[in-house]
Amino acid sequence: MTDLKERVIAPAPPVPQTPARNVTRSLAKHTGLILLALIMLYPVIWMVVSSLRPNDEIFRSPGIVLDSLQTGNYGEGWNALSAPFSHFLINSAIVVLGCIIGNLVSCSMAAYAFARLEFTGKKLWFAIMLGTIMLPIHVIIVPQYILFSQLGWINTFLPLIVPKLLATDAFFVFLMVQFIRGLPRELDEAARIDGAGHPRIFLQVILPLMLPALATTTIFTFIWTWNDFFSQLIYLTDPEMYTVPVALRSFVDATVATSWGSMFAMSVVSLLPIFLAFLIGQRYLIKGIATTGIK
Amino acid sequence: MSAIGELRRLKTTTRKKDNRAAFFFLLPWFAGLIVITAGPVAASFVLGFTDYNLIQPPEFSGLENFQRMISDERLHQALAVTFKYVFISVPLQLVAALGLAMLLDRGLRGLAFYRSAFYLPSLLGSSVAIAVLWRQIFGADGLVNQALSLVGIDGRSWISDPSTALSTLIVLNVWTFGAPMVIFLAGLRQIPAMYYEAASVDGAGRWTQFRKITVPLLSPIIFFNLVLQIIHAFQSFTQAFVVSGGTGGPSDSTLFYTLYLYQRGFHNFDMGYASALAWLLLIIIAGFTAINFWAAKRWVFYDD
Repeated sequence: MTDLKERVIAPAPPVPQTPARNVTRSLAKHTGLILLALIMLYPVIWMVVSSLRPNDEIFRSPGIVLDSLQTGNYGEGWNALSAPFSHFLINSAIVVLGCIIGNLVSCSMAAYAFARLEFTGKKLWFAIMLGTIMLPIHVIIVPQYILFSQLGWINTFLPLIVPKLLATDAFFVFLMVQFIRGLPRELDEAARIDGAGHPRIFLQVILPLMLPALATTTIFTFIWTWNDFFSQLIYLTDPEMYTVPVALRSFVDATVATSWGSMFAMSVVSLLPIFLAFLIGQRYLIKGIATTGIK
Repeated sequence: MSAIGELRRLKTTTRKKDNRAAFFFLLPWFAGLIVITAGPVAASFVLGFTDYNLIQPPEFSGLENFQRMISDERLHQALAVTFKYVFISVPLQLVAALGLAMLLDRGLRGLAFYRSAFYLPSLLGSSVAIAVLWRQIFGADGLVNQALSLVGIDGRSWISDPSTALSTLIVLNVWTFGAPMVIFLAGLRQIPAMYYEAASVDGAGRWTQFRKITVPLLSPIIFFNLVLQIIHAFQSFTQAFVVSGGTGGPSDSTLFYTLYLYQRGFHNFDMGYASALAWLLLIIIAGFTAINFWAAKRWVFYDD
């Protein structure tokens, strides 16, 4: 009787299952998920471990337990190409830094215009801007290459950085427009009443408020530019100017199947900045893709 | 002067002012549009009708490049490889993304950890380093075959066998399902829990709930992911380039469209033909995007 009464009075449990079954189910789910995550990340973990193994062992040890720690691959890989690997890391860093500054300045300016200003043909220009997001780089690479080679820019970093100074990464313009639209207009209006013009409203009101969008842009530009291979392969043919991906690729072609250890070592070095960016900027990355769907 | 006239005058002056400010703020973007994006799109259209090798000035050749496409067997191979890659890897990738997103939804403990673990590969996936790794693990003595030999299976060299080389690249693309998964997760969070509660009170099972609630309410996001990933997959380059050593081999089995375009343009400096190829790619991608938007009317459900 009391049993029945209690059941009537107590709110119905959300899931009609016994606790024991619930625990088993969630345990099974977590086991499955952890197993899957492990399988997915296993190749990468294995590469890191293999880079610390002697060369001949790489092809015999599918496991990830190290018998001994060998850092020789790193020294060997670092000096395997015409210049020490640090040279390519610095080249990549220069390109990345240039692209980040370019995107931050030019995209935020364009975004301010699209989000806050009224001007002739705004809808059309906005549609064109959205259209360029979907434009494959392969469609424009040939004329671009011709232009840059006539300017004498081949084997310089200019073809990689200058487009970013001209707001061609429309993704980020869109991301910032969305962000600025979410900021209260009263702030601009208050500044305008106080006599501020658009440059001042942009610099002193909007920019400080859009730091999260700028952070997202920074971190995505960093990762994309660091990974970018196609345009760097095309514009940088002089080993002196190689960035990390192009250097790594020339390494692969030069040492096929002879020295996987040092190749793995340099691959790990090249992935490390991405991994760090991921650890530091995870919050912005997740938010960035969730709101705009970028990769 | 009426107040309305005054207001109107005020409005036109502020509008004028805005125009000038807008021009200033958009100046870099306008310059980029002319020189870096729209200009080159138009230029490559014109170049598509020429014969141009960078050294001699372009020579008008009419429809020659397009006639050449019809008989170019490597182009046909490149199209076949690319279509196969896009239409196998994108659905698999999205199914994996949606499946995992649903498993991770609704306050699962450790969500942040799992999300990070599954998302990480999509950041690494487009790098040369991962392509290098793929070349090893699917090689004759690679990690996959080492694992298979533990259970007594003799593997082959997946990378150098024309019948399996493309599959290794498909696996690589599916491996990067983390990015669409995060988008799905954000979408699932928008579906009110009460819909599911009401449905289960009415006796709807999990499968019915999935079909009648999750799919319709998530359909704009499924559509968005589909469009984006198809466009993205058509442009894949790095993995095929590194894994095949720039050749698209073995036997052109990994000759992605972009790889073929690269070879024609930047190895043979056949810039006219490469431009025509670029335009064909643009038309194909635009065509599939248009088909997607057209089909979307039938299955994408917009609440508002």
